[in-house]
Amino acid sequence: MLKHKDLLGIENLTCDEILEILTTAESFQEVSSRPIKKVPALRGKTVINLFFEASTRTRTSFEIAGKRLSADVVNISSATSSVSKGETLIDTAKTLDAMAADCVVVRHAASGAPLTLSKLTKASIVNAGDGAHEHPTQALLDAYTIRQRKGRLDNLKIAIIGDITHSRVARSNLHLLTKFKSHVWLCSAPTLMPVEIAGMVRDNGSYLHLTHSMAEAVANADVIMMLRVQFERMSESFFPSVREYFRYYGLTRQRVETAKPDVIIMHPGPMNRGVEIASDVADGPYSVILDQVSSGVAVRMAILYLLLGAHGSSD
Amino acid sequence: MALKLNYQLMKAEEVRSTLDRIAQDVLKANSGRSVVLVGIHRRGVPMAQRMASAIAATTQKEPQIGVLDINLYRDDLTRVAFQPVVRRTDVPPNIDDHDVILIDDVLYTGRTIRAALDALCDFGRMRSIQLAVMIDRGHRELPIEANFIGKRISTKDTEVVEVKLREIDGEDAIYVMEKSD
Repeated sequence: MLKHKDLLGIENLTCDEILEILTTAESFQEVSSRPIKKVPALRGKTVINLFFEASTRTRTSFEIAGKRLSADVVNISSATSSVSKGETLIDTAKTLDAMAADCVVVRHAASGAPLTLSKLTKASIVNAGDGAHEHPTQALLDAYTIRQRKGRLDNLKIAIIGDITHSRVARSNLHLLTKFKSHVWLCSAPTLMPVEIAGMVRDNGSYLHLTHSMAEAVANADVIMMLRVQFERMSESFFPSVREYFRYYGLTRQRVETAKPDVIIMHPGPMNRGVEIASDVADGPYSVILDQVSSGVAVRMAILYLLLGAHGSSD
Repeated sequence: MALKLNYQLMKAEEVRSTLDRIAQDVLKANSGRSVVLVGIHRRGVPMAQRMASAIAATTQKEPQIGVLDINLYRDDLTRVAFQPVVRRTDVPPNIDDHDVILIDDVLYTGRTIRAALDALCDFGRMRSIQLAVMIDRGHRELPIEANFIGKRISTKDTEVVEVKLREIDGEDAIYVMEKSD
């Protein structure tokens, strides 16, 4: 049973809680294939999408998930809200709480913003990405997709390749996958590997590995997860040129061939084709990138349902 | 809250013959038409499977089967103290204009059936929906009645009727239990 008011990150979830979310999501996947894609489970609940950073896929996915459960979904983006008039995050949150929102889905550039909000609001807070900290729903939908294709989450070799420094997706995923005792290989150019990762390797002992060699990361991998180079967060140059980056860290067909024959290729999106991934790989037979998007709706329905569906604890 | 055994209502043999009789009643009432059997999680599901085999044995034609989870349609979702586990729903496609037999183990307040009717209606417009239950124990809170009933009994509202089926519980039996603190 999920006993949390909020979903702030993967780090403090147990394996059982993660599996409960994934199993519930399996039941919700069916709703999206019905002629009438709607169930009344969250009728009368209000979900507010509060996005301080650009997002299409995550925001739309949460909006569709809420609507398929019959919740009322309201979208707020910082550009069109009072935030542009100088209101603080805390005041915005208190305002939304005063309107009796049941759930606020937050994306913010500052790590820890959802945690701050969760202490101030009665509403459940769902972290939809905070700075370079966590993006728990992305890791859950990735795990859902992996479990669907591989039948398990343990004992897999999973290569996460690309801009690790700026990636909350990488952090949430490595928390989740190492909890299940899969081997996670983080691979990036030295300039895109954050220094604190060394400490995480020490804590995670045998399940987390670092490399700067893409060949080593991809060799015999069950899952290859490519990360976008986040140019918008780069104020300085992290590598000489896009062409050089692609040569060393771009996923090409030749590289895919060194992985397991049943490897799956994942990408949280949006993709930079020709930067971290070749077009023929992104659209190729191993790619499950669009499956990830469909899983996203089911997983977010499960999360909203588990957080808002019933009050009180189990007995 | 603990439950203690009050009495055993049916033994294995009677459970099986009752299910068989319900299946024959369904067949008789829908003669010539093919029905879709939809079981409500959890014990309606094995009931539907067994009734389908019974019907197939008579007509040499296996009827379509569906399973329904009604938790997302409950009227007490925000009031129950626990989070109901949502199970898979699998209703055959294009059940428009079919006769659907909704199957559950115990008919009590009628609220589960109300939720099931709402759920079914989201899958289309069926020609008819009929209700088959193993036990009707009274105490209705909604104007809902079953078309096919295995056994009608009168109960106190402190009692709990437990239908046990081999596929889930390892035995076929029906017990009437009493709540005790």
